[in-house]
Amino acid sequence: MLNLKRHTDREYEAELGQVRERLLIMAGRVEQMIADAIRAVGERDPELARATIAADNKVNRTEVETDELCMRVLARRQPMASDLRFITLALKMVTDLERIGDLAVNICERAIDLAGEARLEGVDALQTMATLVQSMVHDAIDAFVHADATLAEGVIARDDEVDEAYHTYFRAVLAGMTRDPASIERGIHVQSVAKWLERIGDHATNIAELVIFMVRGTDVRHPGKLDA
Amino acid sequence: MSVVTPSNEGARLLSIAGLNAYFGPTQVLHGVTLDIAARRVTAVIGPSGCGKSTFIRCMNRMHELVPGARCEGAVRLDGADIYAPEVDPVALRRRVGMVFQKPNPFPTMSVRENVLAGLRLTGRRLSEPEDAVVERTLRRAALWDEVKDRLAAPGLSLSVGQQQRLCIARALAVEPDVLLMDEPCASLDPIATAHIEDLLSTLKATYTIVMVTHSMQQAARVSDETAFFLNGELIEATHTDALFTAPRDRRTEDYITGKFG
Repeated sequence: MLNLKRHTDREYEAELGQVRERLLIMAGRVEQMIADAIRAVGERDPELARATIAADNKVNRTEVETDELCMRVLARRQPMASDLRFITLALKMVTDLERIGDLAVNICERAIDLAGEARLEGVDALQTMATLVQSMVHDAIDAFVHADATLAEGVIARDDEVDEAYHTYFRAVLAGMTRDPASIERGIHVQSVAKWLERIGDHATNIAELVIFMVRGTDVRHPGKLDA
Repeated sequence: MSVVTPSNEGARLLSIAGLNAYFGPTQVLHGVTLDIAARRVTAVIGPSGCGKSTFIRCMNRMHELVPGARCEGAVRLDGADIYAPEVDPVALRRRVGMVFQKPNPFPTMSVRENVLAGLRLTGRRLSEPEDAVVERTLRRAALWDEVKDRLAAPGLSLSVGQQQRLCIARALAVEPDVLLMDEPCASLDPIATAHIEDLLSTLKATYTIVMVTHSMQQAARVSDETAFFLNGELIEATHTDALFTAPRDRRTEDYITGKFG
């Protein structure tokens, strides 16, 4: 549930708004990076891959700026309750977003390696996986913006689909490499791409868990595992 | 509907049930029910006029000293009703001491006399020499090292922060069970405030402390449990960690995040 009531101190309200805005900009950028990285793999487009790698700089810069903003709010405002959860979430979320950017860069590097290779088999499956994790990142951010814990739960649920798609794809590529040893180098590259997509899904899941904590104040990470 | 989550651990020394308080025809507390944990610091927060001072003043029957003021409901100290007819309010106030916003050492008395004032007023016979009581009490109030060479100086010659610790010493000298504090740091600078807050963390090993404060940061820093009052109602009371990170009531949330009006 979103609290529409505003802070009496409007400057504080604006500062929290700035943190939110930075996170959204960063999220928008990494979403685009995932899409471009997978397109670069599928279309064997090294130029697109290089442009996407260059775009990661902006993500890194936004990460640093957001960290600084959060530190300033913590020092000057001593946020409480939902504000405190929001700021601590923001600090963790930038790390996840930044890692997603790095993973997209990794995928782009493979796209450059794969550009000279023959058309890849099973790229459609990669595309399907990419679409899935992109939607997870998108919804995780959307859940954050609208403080929607239900949407965040949907993201967490979809992570199992990604894991399954990854394992299916991994085995299919492995079978292909066994049949055709000439495809091994290519196969290893695309397996890495799939692995990184799966990791992106994990980061989207992290963000979704943080959103649930922000909205409900309950920690849903590591269910039943912390007491062991 | 208020959210009250008393902790399970530890005994509850004070038990308040259905407390209503009035100034003349005006009701300022509405059915407050709360258990106060023994040997813990409980912070009472809320905007001006929410009834938090009245609430603690009902716990040592100071509220009724205001002409026309009265209260109803139950306040139990260690199981005994403090409003029972046989209870002597003066004796009660010895068990439930109070420290006020502005340090108020007795102006004509020395440091030493201020410490002993409460004891002398109660006319209790001391089981140990006065000097021993003075030293022990001032040590407990973390003031001894600073004033041991000027015990004969007027209480008012101390710094404001020291005066407040002197008032705490005066309250402790009569060996209370509960220490009520009404914004004890409101007129102190950050250093004097830190001394009092540091003191609270040692005092709570022996005493049950209930502190009204306007500073949410102070409540968050020093208390174990926090009670939030609004318009004479207890809205939410729970562990301080929980209240300031994830309050359950929207009104608490709005107040502590600074969404007023």
